Amino acid sequence: MTAAFSARPVPGAQIRARDWGWRHAGRGTPAVSALDLDIEAGERVLLLGASGAGKSTLLQAMAGVLGGEEEGDEFGSILLDGRRPADARGRAGLVLQDPDSQIVLARIGDDVAFSAENLGVPRDEIWKRVRWALDAVGLDLPLSSSSSNLSGGQKQRLALAGVLAMRPGLLLLDEPTANLDPAGVREIRDVVDRVVADTAATLVVVEHRVAVWRDVVDRVIVLNPAGGILADGHPDAVLEREGPRLAAAGVWVPGIPPRVAPRPHRVSPGLDLLQAADLSVGRTPFGSKVPSVAASGLDLTLAEGTGTAVTGANGTGKSTLALTLAGLLEPAGGVLRATPTLARGLPPAPIRWKSRSLLTRLGTVFQEPEHQFLAQSVHRELAIGPTALKLGQDEISSRVDDLLQRLRLGHLADANPFTLSGGEKRRLSVATVLATRPQVLLLDEPTFGQDAVTWGELVSLLGELVDGGSSVVTVTHDLALVAAFADHELVLGSATEVRA
Amino acid sequence: MSALLPEIQDSAIARVNPVAKLAVAVFLSVTLLLSIDVVSASVALLLVGILLFWSGLDARQFWMRTAPLWLAAPFAGLTTVLYGEDSGAVLFEWGLISVTEGSLTLGLSITLRVLAIGLPSIVLFATTDPTDLADGLAQVLRLPARFVLGGLAGVRMIGLFLDDWRALGQARRARGVGDSHALVRLGTQAFALLVLAIRRGSKLATAMEAKGFGSDIARTWARPSRFGVAEVVLIGIGIGIAGVSVAAAVYAGTWSFILDRS
Repeated sequence: MTAAFSARPVPGAQIRARDWGWRHAGRGTPAVSALDLDIEAGERVLLLGASGAGKSTLLQAMAGVLGGEEEGDEFGSILLDGRRPADARGRAGLVLQDPDSQIVLARIGDDVAFSAENLGVPRDEIWKRVRWALDAVGLDLPLSSSSSNLSGGQKQRLALAGVLAMRPGLLLLDEPTANLDPAGVREIRDVVDRVVADTAATLVVVEHRVAVWRDVVDRVIVLNPAGGILADGHPDAVLEREGPRLAAAGVWVPGIPPRVAPRPHRVSPGLDLLQAADLSVGRTPFGSKVPSVAASGLDLTLAEGTGTAVTGANGTGKSTLALTLAGLLEPAGGVLRATPTLARGLPPAPIRWKSRSLLTRLGTVFQEPEHQFLAQSVHRELAIGPTALKLGQDEISSRVDDLLQRLRLGHLADANPFTLSGGEKRRLSVATVLATRPQVLLLDEPTFGQDAVTWGELVSLLGELVDGGSSVVTVTHDLALVAAFADHELVLGSATEVRA
Repeated sequence: MSALLPEIQDSAIARVNPVAKLAVAVFLSVTLLLSIDVVSASVALLLVGILLFWSGLDARQFWMRTAPLWLAAPFAGLTTVLYGEDSGAVLFEWGLISVTEGSLTLGLSITLRVLAIGLPSIVLFATTDPTDLADGLAQVLRLPARFVLGGLAGVRMIGLFLDDWRALGQARRARGVGDSHALVRLGTQAFALLVLAIRRGSKLATAMEAKGFGSDIARTWARPSRFGVAEVVLIGIGIGIAGVSVAAAVYAGTWSFILDRS
């Protein structure tokens, strides 16, 4: 059954865009403009561009889900097999960035079946497609398994299977390796490679990391943030000819590492700030009194002027550790104490401190930037921390203006934080924490999904903070970040001792 | 699944089409609301109690799920006893509070009634998977797919909202605005959750649209929702329970149709 199914290829879909553009409602400048583009059936395209160049917008347009007039203004035309994409439901299958937000039903079999049901596929064939799709993505679980308890990589596979069950002629993937550990990234890449080979579908994938997809695709298209296309052609040719220009535009080009500011004044570690001994961390599930421990037996010291990276596979408790160190989660066991240098008169357990006392001591950048946004504009967002510290008006504006300029957010000062692109949101979330100058800075996946330019800026900034005497901790899968910034690495799920 | 939507145990009642269970719960409730008397409620409660043996709930689950009811029912009864309509001999009086033979009977019958209506409703839904209910509503009752599946997708998101709520609380503490009064914090955080929920909802809507939801194509259903012998039997049992309770009350002379009361 499975074999008979995969042997039946789907005719690949074709895309024609003519002077196409899209402006989101309420924004002055278009997300995409003046785009002329032909993608032929069966092509495998890697779509690149700087943060905010409109890659996601273009993918959604090809899938026909950008919405109507109240969502924004459309210019020119974009056609999928000669029809408007919204009229060709099922021809294009789009996997969105956040796999959590696209699970519709509670059981994995039902969730995969959902798309086929919508296309009016007969019942018998739906279940054949479901089994084929789950098999194709290698999600080897019973159809009745819960879709909520999956790991990040499994959720990504499930999202892909749901789209494959439509048997799309065009597969659109928006950063499909989102937040996966390096092993998970390779797995998903191989799954996509195999599925596209089996179905003969056209593929368009958006990813910052060229190296991962280079051998899977046969064409690279680079969007120009100012409109139109910056480069287009065979991966090797585009990267060789346009490599330096692409790198400057924020694309991760193999062989051209992002520019990171040199650190001429490396400081030696200063006084200890935070000490953990035999620390266990865990979250308390809803309706339970006992925390479920995510990691235990952790010994760790954070000192002034050091950079620490916390790494380890998905699900080893990295984020939970960061929240605990940040004074936001009660330790599940063991000891976490702030030294007098950090506590400055407060009791040693950070979880006992007032929210306002955390601001100048422990700063946290959350994995999901949207969780930490509180204001209606970027400018006011940055002023929240300094205002809570009761700083003078002049001091507040000077800090805010300085950060707006340093993190290239000046042109967005009046924009609503929720409307920013992924990279801009990340820069803003880091800036909000820097505004109160905490002694310890904890960042959860700060470089995830960032283009090379933003990456270089973030790494330079973190280095500068460390050399300025801060203690900086990052939770990350990003090996390049670890190499570029960390003085110490704590690998969870294996050795648990670090001296920093 | 999440704490709010625990696993459904397989049982005779769990296998019945949820639409039939819904019909039974509605029919029993309406019948028992027609009269306020001790006999009809007691008989219904007794018969429903027998039915529970086929629900597949173990004792712990049963008490956990029905706990609110065991608190609410006596409370509703007690309120009626103390403040309800008085009739018959006065047993106790203190200020506004008066306990009479009449209000005592009324209180007892209210308690039994809340239990007799609440127990089958809670237990029938404790044995129902939301997905199966949605299938039944759309295929058996022919409710619009957009409405039913939209609601179902919303139910699944409740688990995500619990995580969002926790993360929002932590983020507020980290941003230095977590010191305000608990009520103020609750208010602003609830608003932030609403904003996030709308964003999640619109993302989910885009994802559903990307999977072909809401197109002009006639939708098919992967899981058949059938109405067969078991469903008819359960509905028959429900009608039987209602009939026997009414008959017993009429026979005992306690039946008093609410619309006849003046």
